Amino acid sequence: MRKRLAFLTLAAVIGIALSLPMSGMAVAQEECVISVVGVWSGDELTAFEEAVAPFMEENGCTMDFESTRDPAVLRTAVDSGNPPDIAILPQPGVMYEYAADGALVALDSFMDMDALAEDYAPIWLELGSYDGTLYGIFYKVANKSLIWYNPVAFEEAGYEIPTTWDELIALSDQIVADGGTPWSIGLESGDASGWPGTDWIEDIMLRTAGPEVYDQWVNHEISWTDEAVVNAFETWGQIVGNPDYLYGGVEGTLATNFGEAPWPLWEDPPGAYMHRQASFIVGFILDQYPDLEMGTDINFFPFPSINEEIGPAVIGGADVVVMFNDRPEVEAFMEYLASPEPQEIWASMGDFISPNQSVSLDVYPDDATRSIAEAVVNAEIFRFDASDLMPAAVGAGEFWSGVLDFVENPDNLMDILERIEEVAADAYAE
Amino acid sequence: MQGQRWWVPWLYLAPALLILFAFLVYPTIHTVILSFMDENGEVLVTEHCKSDVCEWGIFHNYWYAFHNPSMQEAFVNNIRWLVFFTSITVFLGLVLAVLFDRVRYEPIVKSAIFLPMAISFVGAGVIWGAQAGVYKWTNPAKPQVGLLNAILVALVPGFEPKNWLRLQPWNNFALIVVGIWMWTGFAMVILSAAIKNIPKEILEAARVDGANEFQIFFRIIIPSISSTLTVVATTMVINVLKIFDIVYVMTGGRGGTDVIANRMYTEMFINFEDGRGSAIAVILLLLIVPVMIANIRSFREQEATR
Repeated sequence: MRKRLAFLTLAAVIGIALSLPMSGMAVAQEECVISVVGVWSGDELTAFEEAVAPFMEENGCTMDFESTRDPAVLRTAVDSGNPPDIAILPQPGVMYEYAADGALVALDSFMDMDALAEDYAPIWLELGSYDGTLYGIFYKVANKSLIWYNPVAFEEAGYEIPTTWDELIALSDQIVADGGTPWSIGLESGDASGWPGTDWIEDIMLRTAGPEVYDQWVNHEISWTDEAVVNAFETWGQIVGNPDYLYGGVEGTLATNFGEAPWPLWEDPPGAYMHRQASFIVGFILDQYPDLEMGTDINFFPFPSINEEIGPAVIGGADVVVMFNDRPEVEAFMEYLASPEPQEIWASMGDFISPNQSVSLDVYPDDATRSIAEAVVNAEIFRFDASDLMPAAVGAGEFWSGVLDFVENPDNLMDILERIEEVAADAYAE
Repeated sequence: MQGQRWWVPWLYLAPALLILFAFLVYPTIHTVILSFMDENGEVLVTEHCKSDVCEWGIFHNYWYAFHNPSMQEAFVNNIRWLVFFTSITVFLGLVLAVLFDRVRYEPIVKSAIFLPMAISFVGAGVIWGAQAGVYKWTNPAKPQVGLLNAILVALVPGFEPKNWLRLQPWNNFALIVVGIWMWTGFAMVILSAAIKNIPKEILEAARVDGANEFQIFFRIIIPSISSTLTVVATTMVINVLKIFDIVYVMTGGRGGTDVIANRMYTEMFINFEDGRGSAIAVILLLLIVPVMIANIRSFREQEATR
């Protein structure tokens, strides 16, 4: 009896010891492991691993990458005081939340700010900062202000590329008159349904109200019921409010998954002629039509300007790399990530556009990608995707619901905007 | 039993108690405390309540939970789930259990009905979802890929395919059907076991006395399994109150389909409103506790009569 009890006690002690946090023991380890939690997976992750391989080899480190799109994974890890070394966030808005909580390592505490200023345009450093301190480096930029078309179909029908909004609407009317459907729009995206519509509103907002008002809108310095916002929705309404313009009508616009939405452009005869989406959509097109060639079969034109006083503008998105632990090897890794080297490796593999000006345009695999990248680096007006900058309750919540409700029932615009305003007033409150 | 010290039982219990405390008691207490705090869980909500008037004082997060339009919508939807999901799963489970009791291929058909139980909620969301599943909408000019629209187009002349997950309020029922599909098998299996437990003599005696099958069903089977029925029904009610996965995966609560548990997730992990998320969690807990007590009571009753 006594022996058995002793054994049990021993087992209990061992059990408790094992369940203690392992961090105390990790200190003794010489091994260099950098833990990363990020949104990249599949091909993206393979490319990223390739891009960081030179660093890992040189420093004898390994990367422990956890792929997840669930924000709760990172939130829980950070709240419990056990964050990864590096995190790749899909939205700078999330970065600002962590920065406000004091969870992030300030990059200017160890990085060469002059070198950074040389590599990155001021807009990228500004966007990566919270309260004047740099916390994030942007990666994998998406140029969202693109309208995709099928050059073969355009040539057969004799359509010209529109350079202004009025020409765009005139072209849409002409396509309808010719018996076709101008637009294929898909807003369905499971639990994130609605986001493709927010990109439309942002492109229109930037081109009708200008960058200053756009920034005020992002920061909630103007109300959602402001004339500028109403005007942006109504301008979009010229397209989504006209079922003749829409492939599958209003129902099709709401029910079609964003990834399938461009497909009708390459049907014979074309189900639709134009599709507005960010640069990443090429991957979805090639999934369905692997034989199409970028440039000859697939092409794009920039989202046309609306107000002539406002110069060529680009709305973009990007993932942002942030740092939670300031060990020396993590600092070195962060410096490496910000440098042109890994970005050139990834860019040469395709499906990647770097915001780093020192990344040579020659590394991009084809002309179309190069011209998208050129537009990003040289844009006269570049603004970040507004919904990604707004607090999630608005930018990943009521704004998404709002565009769906607007497409469903454009006459309800004021009710919809008032509802978003109500959520925004609460979400922006300090 | 000679000379056992008073603390020996506690020693044996200790690991279980420790785990129970660490993973259940402590988080519960912490959640209750958080529900009175602000969005960062740092100061009391009364010191930082984001509106001019801090209604309900320290209970401000609860005030928010009952007055926020999205939450009110979620309460209504949970009631829809409660009524339809619970009644239909229990009803179908009972009917199937009674009918399959009499067929030769019982194990096979029961396995088929039970199978969805083995599929994860997220998997079910994909199987049924608008992207590639049963509720998918395809352009009417093309063959319908979504099962439901395909069947209706084939059977009903002139039927226009519907975007089921946006069609209010029917989209809620579209989601409830997914829940029913998953849980009917569970209800059926438990009820079937209870039916098989009814002594054969009683059923035979009733038949000898000239009772028809309906009388047997209502006068013998139902009363004999009433405590099991309660257990199954209350289990379903608990399921419904915390229903989350189906809604989260298929609609994200958009288009008027939000439920309480999804609001809790949204407030906590999307909006980073720790206080409000915790308040909703506590409300959910308070709603579930009475059902849980009823569930345990009838479970004990069932064990006692066995």
